[in-house]
Amino acid sequence: MSASGLLVQRTEQQSAVIITGVCGRLGKRLLRFLHRERPVVGMDQRPFVDRPVDVEHYELDVRSKRAREVFRRGVGALVHLGVMHDPRIKSSDHHAWNVMVFQKLLEYVETFQIPKLVLLSSANVYGPRADNPQFLTEEAPLLGAGPFSEIRDLVELDIVCQSFFWRNPATETVILRPSHILGTVRNAPSNYLRLNLVPRLLGFDPMVQVVHQDDVVRALLLSLRPGARGIYNIAGPPPVALSRAIELLGRNTVALPHALARITLERLFKLRVTSFPAPELDFIRYVCMVDDRRAREKLGYAPRFGLEETLRAVDEERWIS
Amino acid sequence: MEPRTALARLGDVAERGLPLFRRLASTARRAADELSERLLGSDFEARIALLRERYTALGGDPFGFDPETARHAAMVSAFFHRMYFRTEVYDVDHVPAGRVMLIANHSGQIPIDAAILGCAMFFDANPPRITRAMVEKWTATLPFVSMFFNRVGQVVGVPENARRLLAMGELLLAFPEGIRGVSKPFSRRYELEEFGHGFMRLAIETKTPIVPVAVIGAEEQYISLGNLSWAAKALRLPVFPLLPQMLIPGGQMPLPTKYRIFFGEPMRFEGDPDDDDTLVGEKVYLVKQSISHMLRRGLSQRRSVFF
Repeated sequence: MSASGLLVQRTEQQSAVIITGVCGRLGKRLLRFLHRERPVVGMDQRPFVDRPVDVEHYELDVRSKRAREVFRRGVGALVHLGVMHDPRIKSSDHHAWNVMVFQKLLEYVETFQIPKLVLLSSANVYGPRADNPQFLTEEAPLLGAGPFSEIRDLVELDIVCQSFFWRNPATETVILRPSHILGTVRNAPSNYLRLNLVPRLLGFDPMVQVVHQDDVVRALLLSLRPGARGIYNIAGPPPVALSRAIELLGRNTVALPHALARITLERLFKLRVTSFPAPELDFIRYVCMVDDRRAREKLGYAPRFGLEETLRAVDEERWIS
Repeated sequence: MEPRTALARLGDVAERGLPLFRRLASTARRAADELSERLLGSDFEARIALLRERYTALGGDPFGFDPETARHAAMVSAFFHRMYFRTEVYDVDHVPAGRVMLIANHSGQIPIDAAILGCAMFFDANPPRITRAMVEKWTATLPFVSMFFNRVGQVVGVPENARRLLAMGELLLAFPEGIRGVSKPFSRRYELEEFGHGFMRLAIETKTPIVPVAVIGAEEQYISLGNLSWAAKALRLPVFPLLPQMLIPGGQMPLPTKYRIFFGEPMRFEGDPDDDDTLVGEKVYLVKQSISHMLRRGLSQRRSVFF
């Protein structure tokens, strides 16, 4: 190989992006936008079935030695999407896995001086609360785990990442906190809106914020640009009352008193009939919306999808199942 | 041969009775129209349309104000505003256009004064405006109440919300006495409680004019003998006023006192919003004094509590 060829290969390698959790729906989505521009390395414990040919994929545990080798070759950026959210897994396992994996990743980033780190956190870390301001800024305290201790690992990840941001100025660290992501993704808000009969709480109708999965992907792409660093809230179209959102989707809805809904949901969750833990009811009771002004000004982010498009995105792949 | 079946007789009655019914129906309709005009004014729909236009232009209100709910709420509260409390509104044109803060005395056990002030700004001000009151945080935990408050434009009272509303050019209503004012006993009527300083810091920071407002009449709507703090604690309420009138049938309604609302001249303050409490306190005192002055003047002119 000629010298210039080597050089090309080297710079290509250095601009490569590692995506953890690439086999998730959002990961694949990001990959689709990214792999034509930059070399992409996927990392996941799951196999990548319909992988594009130009994408390297490693089916491994991030904590393993093989993963370390991948990082050692030198990469341009790390996007951490591999956060486990499954409410069915015991919360202590959940916590240990998520925190330990992230700790390991931070170690690689520090050791091999990876210039960019992007963590997809969530607006849920602020938590829905009665005394929340209508729009939370990035400086708001992360109180999400108070009433909903199952997500304490997500809050911890965010905080660990923040301290890394201050400790390692050589790495451009970006934390994205998007509001409810809607689309083909299998997260709680999308699953909730996919129900045929959408339950609400009697006498509560909070304003909600939703964001299209592809808008989140674009925010991720923007945060991969050189120079971008910091914490950013990501929001979609203007907020809407929950009842109006359900109405726009044309779903039937039923309103239950909070106490009844809570008890029922606790039972159903224990019986494995539903995958919604009871504390998640607070998301349809109180307001948890973010102010995305900083992302708009500094990151140049603006949502492209309107409200109806964003809501309809939850139904996009329905016919397959 | 004459048809003498029951059905035919009924037909006769209808033939003779129908014009009478029609006349009755049209009289009823006219009476209803008259009443609604007296209550709501002839330009009610135009006022609602103006508001709808404003919030549609903003791309929907981010706090959840819903013109349709507000329309119904206005129709109900118009009855209280015009007929029950027969509100007299003075100098409402003192309220400048654009962002502004109304600072008023708070009284009457339940915040009817806020609703009537909202009515005054909707029915009597030109152009009509939505009053965005900063409500207690615990109301957001109450079913229906929280939903209703949201839809008629009320907002949880945290400074971030106030800042955002002022940036939108809204009209903010704050009661710096808070729960202390609304729950004071009858013996201390029209005495102003201690004012919080938050509103003043916010006004200085956002360069918002303050309009002092005096509400007369709300103090006498419920006669409170005191506060049962142990009952409040047991029921997890902020206060539990002792209201003997609740025991009389019909006494659950507020007494039909006459409301008088006085709007003062707008006041503008400058300085550092992070100043020491004593410095901010002096400015707060000016507002408090202005309200108390209007209260005294209003009370001395009042002939009767009810008329």
